[in-house]
Amino acid sequence: MPKLIPVPDALSQPFWDAVNERRLVLQHCSACDRLQYPPQQACHVCGSPANLAWKEVQGKGHIAAYIVIEDGRLNRRMPDQPYNLAMVTLDEDPRVNFYSNLPGTSPYEVPVGAAVEVTFEGVAPGRLIHEWRVVA
Amino acid sequence: MAAPDQYRWRRDRDGLGVWEHRGKVALAGFGHSPVDRRWDGVLMDKTLGAYSVLACQKAMDDAGVMPDEIDGVICCDSHIAGGSGGSASQWAPRPYFAPPYDSEWGLTLINARWVIEQMGLRNVRFAPTGVPTIGEMVGMAAQAVGDGLCNTCLVIYPAGNLEGRYRRGGENADDYARGARQWTAPWGNHGGNDFINIFPHRQYCRKYGGKHDDLAPFVVNQHRNGLLTPWGYNATHKVPQLTIEDYVSSRYILNPLRLWDCDRPVNASAAYLFTTADRARDMRQPPVYVLNHSQHNFRQRTTQADLDEIEDWTDRAARRMYEGAGLGPKDVDIFNPYDGYAPMAQFFLEAFQWHGVKRGEAFAFYAGDIRVEGPHPFCSSGGNLGNGRTRTAMYTDSIEQLRGTAGARQVKIRAETALAAFTTPSSGGWIMFGKHPR
Repeated sequence: MPKLIPVPDALSQPFWDAVNERRLVLQHCSACDRLQYPPQQACHVCGSPANLAWKEVQGKGHIAAYIVIEDGRLNRRMPDQPYNLAMVTLDEDPRVNFYSNLPGTSPYEVPVGAAVEVTFEGVAPGRLIHEWRVVA
Repeated sequence: MAAPDQYRWRRDRDGLGVWEHRGKVALAGFGHSPVDRRWDGVLMDKTLGAYSVLACQKAMDDAGVMPDEIDGVICCDSHIAGGSGGSASQWAPRPYFAPPYDSEWGLTLINARWVIEQMGLRNVRFAPTGVPTIGEMVGMAAQAVGDGLCNTCLVIYPAGNLEGRYRRGGENADDYARGARQWTAPWGNHGGNDFINIFPHRQYCRKYGGKHDDLAPFVVNQHRNGLLTPWGYNATHKVPQLTIEDYVSSRYILNPLRLWDCDRPVNASAAYLFTTADRARDMRQPPVYVLNHSQHNFRQRTTQADLDEIEDWTDRAARRMYEGAGLGPKDVDIFNPYDGYAPMAQFFLEAFQWHGVKRGEAFAFYAGDIRVEGPHPFCSSGGNLGNGRTRTAMYTDSIEQLRGTAGARQVKIRAETALAAFTTPSSGGWIMFGKHPR
């Protein structure tokens, strides 16, 4: 089953537009030199919106931890159970993390600490989301 | 005087010093309804409304207070199940009944206005709307009584459950991930403290050593304490005592989170009566004084909170509570943190350093003697895991321990202070009670 379809809003539209172009862009505060994700109205550190801009990132990370969803509540994902849910930290700033189902990695066989790279997969016609795949 | 809904009562910042009303507010009574697994949608004496009225009456009887003495009502007016509801179907609307059950109010939702009308409370002057959950409500009540907004205040916390599997409806039945869920739900996070805590728990095991099933003695002990709680779900429904084998052989929900790490949704209500210390001394029971209340609302920096954040949040909440109470870890006799998911409790235990437990030491502590009759009676209430998802056992047990009326759960150690919370590591509130006002 495909994943749930994210609904962009005014703040997140640039992010999802980039994802549809297979690019990963994060907010960057030039005053704090800090990346942040998910996007917010202001910098998480200094609290100002004035210095936030979108910045493309390399899309490299590492698996920090994972669980296996065996009995989740999301109706749309129930046919996929059991499936991995990993917490992936971004190499450019490990304080930033993402969720990933680690396409290509079998449930329960997640190599914690392994390197991953971003990939993109379809959730609806013309709609992609970002995912992460273990680097061979 | 600020309008009830604009009232700034929170102690949710660091550096506020000792609470100005320390020892001047007291808890004088409490009451519990029966705890059912669900409301069947038919029996009118088992609605949340009926149960809330019953709980209020019991709290008033416990204190020896008449309806005309009640001048404050703080009632949580939202669904405990939140936006996803309690079943795969809609919670509302439904076929309704004759007044006062001609809307959701009184059936699955309760508010102060409904309670005031049903109970004929004629002298209420403080009855806010948009009330938070009980972890913060008790702080609001303590502050309101201390500030003189009311003198004798009922705090009511209804917890509802209907047919169907919990939280499978509403937004969890949607094909789309809207709002903040666009960053979490596509990958499987249905939203909740199961997810928030299980990832840090995994990191905890890697950092400090141990494995998830080291939680088993704690969960088993919660069930034991629940069976010693006469009003709780487990005791009233004669749920068999959980064993270590039951726990380690139970199925996974979010592997490694097991079935028994999760609390059991129930349909019940509870009420607590707060008043001034002076008034409490003339009431039926020995007063249980409020030494401090505190709240916190920490924002996570990215998609998923990690171990560093959980430990930082809980450390800050502990410092904030201790500062306001003018006390430290060695002063806390009864400790009843929230256990809605089992992995949460260790973060609170270590943050508050109860009985000297520091970061990374929780599993070894759980493996020791944590029975109520032993030297380290952790979570003497049995919490949600032992009593059902009422979120109130922590408060009731704390009161009973300080009164000396906890029966089979009465601890053998000193019981002069108690720390209780319904809270998550990121948001909620704590309250400190004392047998003495100073």
